[in-house]
Formats: sequence, structure tokens, C-alpha cells
Amino acid sequence: MAVTGVLLVLFLVVHMLGNLKIFVGAAAFDHYAHWLRDLGSPLLPHTWYLWIQRAVLTFAVVGHIWAATSLALRAKAARPVKYAHRAKVQGSYAARTMRWGGVIILLFVIYHILDLTTGNLNPVADKAHPYANVVADFAPGRWYVTLFYTLAILSIGFHLRHGIFSALRTLGQQTEKGQRRNRAIALGVAVVLCAGYLSVPFAVLTGLVS
Amino acid sequence: MNLTLRVWRQKGPQDKGRMVSYQVTDVSPDMSFLEMLDMLNERLTLEGEEPVAFDHDCREGICGACSMVINGTAHGPQKLTTTCQLHMRTFSDGDTIDIEPWRAKAFPVIKDLVVNRGAFDKIIQAGGFISAPTGSAPEAHSTPVPKADADEAFDAATCIACGACVAACPNGSGMLFTAAKITHLGLLPQGQPERDSRVVNMLAAHDEAGFGGCTNAGECTAVCPKGIPLTTIGRLNRDFIKASGKR
Ligand code: HEM
Ligand code: SF4
Ligand code: FES
Repeated sequence: MAVTGVLLVLFLVVHMLGNLKIFVGAAAFDHYAHWLRDLGSPLLPHTWYLWIQRAVLTFAVVGHIWAATSLALRAKAARPVKYAHRAKVQGSYAARTMRWGGVIILLFVIYHILDLTTGNLNPVADKAHPYANVVADFAPGRWYVTLFYTLAILSIGFHLRHGIFSALRTLGQQTEKGQRRNRAIALGVAVVLCAGYLSVPFAVLTGLVS
Repeated sequence: MNLTLRVWRQKGPQDKGRMVSYQVTDVSPDMSFLEMLDMLNERLTLEGEEPVAFDHDCREGICGACSMVINGTAHGPQKLTTTCQLHMRTFSDGDTIDIEPWRAKAFPVIKDLVVNRGAFDKIIQAGGFISAPTGSAPEAHSTPVPKADADEAFDAATCIACGACVAACPNGSGMLFTAAKITHLGLLPQGQPERDSRVVNMLAAHDEAGFGGCTNAGECTAVCPKGIPLTTIGRLNRDFIKASGKR
């Protein structure tokens, strides 16, 4: 859970930085997408780097889901008779929604790849110019797409807040002081990633990026 | 005070069990929760009914026998308090109080509110000990222990093995209990020889007993009557990573 999660968080950070290039301009953003495809050249042939990254991410996502599923099945087996009355004592919303939140994020990623990578669900679907695809995606008329992206990214924020805390704990964070730092890091990363990802659709929606 | 109790009644391990309502009247706010149940049981006995079976021993918060989920919270609404130390003044006249046993596959119900916590013994047998020559007590200064370590080990050692952590855990995990033992012994010089095998064997016994896996949800520490901190689980994890690296 923790190891695959850390890989996914690293991807989220890099992907967010890449997305923010949209504020530099259409040429810079499109150039970035082309650069991604030639990363590692001349050592790696065209798009090889991207495929290696896709392989690593797929491995991480599958491993993450596999670990989560086995934990959920163990939890179900560990309490065969449910409580008639169950109070939420600690009540961390983020911790409680990890499993369903994860499912929502998975559905989002599938939609997102069909939208901006393969273009199947994108109104423009111009592979050479991802800038145009993004702008078309979040046009005010397609507010429902923006809404879905927003909800998905907020669930990612909650998922990260508990996920990062939990991963650091699993990897052996063991002091009170470290725990305070740990919670602050988890919250900070979640907020920064949410803000970074949300800035793009809202910039398009408000016409800042067009 | 007059109260409505809804109590889990189950004749034996095979019985399906159900919640049964009882009215209790003239409860003094100064009674402990268990005294209130004693009062109910006296009445049930006089009426020729089977009294409600529940575990208890010291009634002073140190043995860990008492075990009830009260209104959905293990050991009831008051923090850092066992059921036996909970007083009726924390409730109000006219309240309805739901009382259930610890719910976990590893803690099967024996009768009513009594569960078998033998699974914890299995975990202790797997590694919750140190090897030391018996006989007269050794000279206290022969093995110095840093004060901070001694304090933290002692805090972890206050775990009374009540099982509330398991009862509260959304995963039915016994990780806080196991981690308390790992922390208690792992911080002291006497615990070092078995440190690696301890964490590996205790975790194996934990999983073997049918407890769920830990997802650091934190419900355990919130109900723990001894305030065993979540950081102990980090110590367990770190010991486990180290031990796995050496194998
Ligand atoms: C609103 C914020 C986001 C925008 C504007 C955005 C935009 C894009 C774009 C334009 C691409 C295609 C890049 C290219 O082919 O060169 C892409 C790919 C991708 N995005 Fe996002 N993204 C956002 C949020 C996210 C989030 C939150 C996740 C993860 C949960 C995510 C996961 C992915 C993945 C996995 C790919 C790569 C698919 C592949 O190439 O195989 N994205 N994104
Ligand atoms: S860790 Fe706390 S809740 Fe769990 S068994 Fe020990 S004293 Fe009880
Ligand atoms: S009866 Fe001993 S701790 Fe409650």
C-alpha cells in the first residue's frame, strides 16, 4: 500500500507541475507534451520513456488496488457480526472514505485517460495540441466535466491526507513529534496538489486560459 | 435516574443472539456502569430470568476484564476510562443505552456480553516475553535505561489487554495491542535479544487469529482506556521492516 502509494504521489507531483505549464502558454504546454514523448532520447527511442512510465504506473495502480482489496476482505472477515450501534469516535472523514474514495479516483482516471490521452471523450481530440483539448474540455458550456474533475480532485485530496499520513506510519514513523510533522506534511501535500490541479480547469472556466 | 437499556443477549456461542430492552429505574448517578448492571441482574434473578453475563474483575480499571461497547463506543463515552470506572452521571435521565459485546471474529461471544479473548494470549505466547534467568532480582543499576526510553516503555506497558482497540477498529485489527507489547519490550535492553523474532512471530500470530489489517485509522487509540498512542504502531512497523531486511 505505502510503496505503491508513494510512487503514485510522486507521479501526481510531476503531473501537476506539467499541467501548470498551461499558464505559460499554448506553445509551451504543447512543447512539453512533445518533449515527454522524446524524453531520454537519443538513448530511448520516441515515446519509450512514456511507455516505461505507463508500465510503472500501471504496476503501482494494480498493486495498490490489490493491497486495498485484500485489506478490505480481511476487515470484512474479521468482523462477521456487525454492531447494532456504531459511533465514530475518531471520526477522520479522510480515513473513513479511503475505500470508496479510491474507487471514485479509479473511475476518474479511466475517464481522464479516455479524455485527454486517447481523446475518445474529448470534443477536440487533437493529439498534437493537448492545450486545445484542455481548453475545450473545461469550456463553460461543459460545466459538468469541470464539476466531475473538481469532485474527483477533492476526493484525491482526502485520499492523500490520510494516505500520506498512513504511508509514513507504515514506513516506520514512530515519535510524537514526527507524528505532528507527518500530519502537517500530509495535509500540506494534499492542499497544494488540490490547488495545483484545480487551478487549470478553473482558469479555463474563467477565461484566464483560452 | 430511569433508563432504557438495549442489551445483547446470546445464550451461547452457537445462539444467534439479539438486542433485548430492559427498563431500569432509580439508578443513582454515583453508581458505576457495572453496578447499574448488577442492579438489573438482581432484579432479573428475582424475576426468575437469566441475568446478563458480562466480564469484570478488579472494577478499578487495571485488569482489562470489563468489555462493553456502550452506545457504539468501546468502554463508553468517557475518554481514558474502562467500563468499570464509568459512572452513571455521564448519562442523563431518560436515556436509551445500547450495550454490545466486542465484535470480532477473533473474539467469539461465549455468552451475552462475554467474549473469548484467548487470541491475545496467542499473540503474547508468540513473542510477548523476554528470556531472563529467574531467581533473585538483579541489581537495578547493572543495566542502565535512559529515562525517556523507560518512560515510553512504561506508558506502553500500561496496556491492560482489554481488547477495546479491536472492538473499535473498522478493520477489526489488533495492531494497537500488539504494538504496545512490541514497544514496551523493544525499548528496553532486556527486550533486545528477541527483538527481531518477536515482531515477526507476534504479527504472524495476530494474522493467524483472524484479526484484520491495520490502516492507521486511529479509532483504537481514541477508545483505549490507557491512551496507548498510535506511534507505537510506527515502532512495530519499523521493527518489522528491520527484521524483514535481516532475514
Ligand atoms: C484538472 C487537472 C488535470 C489536468 C488538466 C490534466 C491534464 C492531463 C493531460 C493534458 C494529459 C495528457 C498528457 C499527454 O498526453 O501529454 C494527462 C494525462 C494523465 N493524467 Fe492528468 N490532468 C489532471 C489531473 C489528473 C489527476 C488528478 C490524475 C491522477 C489521479 C491524473 C492522471 C493522469 C494520467 C495517469 C495520465 C497519463 C495517461 C497516459 O499518458 O498513459 N491527471 N492529464
Ligand atoms: S491497547 Fe488499549 S485498548 Fe488495546 S488492549 Fe491495550 S489497553 Fe486495551
Ligand atoms: S473490571 Fe478490571 S478493568 Fe474494568
